[in-house]
Amino acid sequence: MDPLFFLIQVLNGVQYGLLLFLIASGLTLVFGILQVINLAHGSFYMIGAYLAFWLTARSGSLWIAILGGLPLALLLGFAVERLMIRFLYKRDHLTQVLLTYGLILILNEAQRLIFGSDVHGVPVPEIFAGSIQLTDTLSYPVYRLAVSGICLILVILMMVVIQTTRLGMYIRAGSVNREMVQLLGVDVQRLCTLVFAAGAGLAAFAGMVAAPLSSVYPGIGEHILIICFVIVVIGGIGSIKGAFIAALLVGLADTFGKIAVPEFASMSVYAVMAAILLWRPQGLFGRAG
Amino acid sequence: MTRHSSDKTLPMSRRAVLGGAAAAAAASTFPAPAVRAQGAKIKIGLMLPYSGTYAALGNNIADGMMLAINEKGGKLGGREVRYVKLDDESEPAKGAQNANKLVVGEKVDILVGTVHSGVAAAMVQVAREEQATLLIPNAGVGDATGKLCAPNIFRTSFSNWQPGFPMGKVAAEMGHKNAVTITWKYAAGEESTQGFKDGFATGGGKVTNDLRVPFPDVEFQALLTEIASIKPDCVYTFFAGGGAVKFVKDYDAAGLKKSIPLYGPGFLTDGTLQAQGASADGLLTTLHYVEDLPNPINQKFKADFQKATSRPVDVYAVQGYDTGQVLVHGLTAVKGDAAAKKDFYAAMKGYKVPSPRGEWTFSKSQNPVQDFYLRKVVGGENRYQKIAVKALAEPTDACKMA
Repeated sequence: MDPLFFLIQVLNGVQYGLLLFLIASGLTLVFGILQVINLAHGSFYMIGAYLAFWLTARSGSLWIAILGGLPLALLLGFAVERLMIRFLYKRDHLTQVLLTYGLILILNEAQRLIFGSDVHGVPVPEIFAGSIQLTDTLSYPVYRLAVSGICLILVILMMVVIQTTRLGMYIRAGSVNREMVQLLGVDVQRLCTLVFAAGAGLAAFAGMVAAPLSSVYPGIGEHILIICFVIVVIGGIGSIKGAFIAALLVGLADTFGKIAVPEFASMSVYAVMAAILLWRPQGLFGRAG
Repeated sequence: MTRHSSDKTLPMSRRAVLGGAAAAAAASTFPAPAVRAQGAKIKIGLMLPYSGTYAALGNNIADGMMLAINEKGGKLGGREVRYVKLDDESEPAKGAQNANKLVVGEKVDILVGTVHSGVAAAMVQVAREEQATLLIPNAGVGDATGKLCAPNIFRTSFSNWQPGFPMGKVAAEMGHKNAVTITWKYAAGEESTQGFKDGFATGGGKVTNDLRVPFPDVEFQALLTEIASIKPDCVYTFFAGGGAVKFVKDYDAAGLKKSIPLYGPGFLTDGTLQAQGASADGLLTTLHYVEDLPNPINQKFKADFQKATSRPVDVYAVQGYDTGQVLVHGLTAVKGDAAAKKDFYAAMKGYKVPSPRGEWTFSKSQNPVQDFYLRKVVGGENRYQKIAVKALAEPTDACKMA
């Protein structure tokens, strides 16, 4: 392969990986800290995408759509935790799967009733509308690079919050021993609500940012759910750092899988997952247990 | 599933009375059996997607079909019609079960359906096992009128190979020598690109690379980069729905649209133009229909369909309408006796369908022999350019009837 095109493909892989991280980060938080298997994570992503479409069509700006849509998504996450998830912390995973799967069906049907089955496009914001010429035939959309930038900022932000703030300390401690944290006088219930709402918000934010890239259509949420679980498992459940590395790995595996082994492209990501789990069953940064 | 009020007349007894060509011939001489046939309603099983992604397609097919039948007084061969509707949910796993529900359970005289190729494949199996009359108003799966063709299976739409062929021919006529195809790795994509390849080869063109994306993945960036490094004269693509929107937008965003023309079957720009926006401007596609087709039947159909449903027409409404026309013609010839299969099928097969898409006939494999049109996206609409190929039939090597 031409070295220039090799580099472009690396860029493709990294860029796709960063986008995947944005989607998967919320899932790994909820999964790792609340120990809740949230199948409806993809639905929050879908809600974000449709909010971006709906609010952009009304306001004319994706930024306004994000500013307006994000609080709505956080509120929804808050309500879902308070009214449903809260009662399932002590139940087994099967009950959680049942509830969150039910949520998928309900939210999909709501989407169909409100927005119908058509495919919608969301325009790229004006300031990122251009593209950079890479070769005589190929150029790179600036918005894709901007999304990568947003993802990187978010990675750093999340690391800082979790590693250096008091809230981050509670979250880390809560994921190890919830009862002990509670005994030390921390309101764990409130912490759980906060983490779940943040997870939903992150998924919705990813849906909004990705909407101009992916277009908006029914079933968009299920599409990304499986790949998100792959990333969470590879990275180690609950580890933001792990999810970041795993997302990049998956992005690169997917990109080079499509070019190098087109016959097995659909398997390349899962082959990487299998290999890593054989080597480290708890995932890259997961606690052995 | 919506069931209409139950009608307990058993078609079996009528079949016993009127079975065979001799009885049907007698029916045309003596009015008595025809009068008896008029007494019972003819049952049409409509197995279509009434929910989910393809719901709009299912509704347009059903409404188009009923429009054709209502234009002729709402009767088929003099008999009242009862429609038994069943939502197939575009779910291949339930295809055989649902088809059996209509054919064996409801004992419908005629089965009509469907949109999704996987579900249609299951319906074809059931139709072959039960010797049921099946009309396919959309699904383009090649086997239905290929390897699995049968005298009781008719298709009023297209086979996946068909819309690809004329695009290949046009691409070669425009002077392109080599091409790359890109589609999902599934049967419909392979059949469509094979059509393009065959058409392209008639003008000396050669497909150098077949790029494939796992279905239903929509991350195209890696393969777009691959296309930029191959630098073909043109690219042929087959994607539908969300994939079609994203691919057209990504292709434009990657700057490829400026230097390497993108072609596809009409489905690339049907029902997706609003979401594709300016990225679709100027795209050339081929299909057996385009809304502004300049013929009087199409003008009348557009107005009538709009009046009846308050919705604009599309290719699916046309396919439904033609399904209705074919049924009206076939059942008129046998005075409503759907059990007189030999004459019923012969009448349908010999019919020159006066369609909004232009007149067409059935091939020996019972798939339309029809004109294909070159269309261009102008200002968010598909516009008629010219006839790309006249009276195109699908290759019938695989069908034993042909």
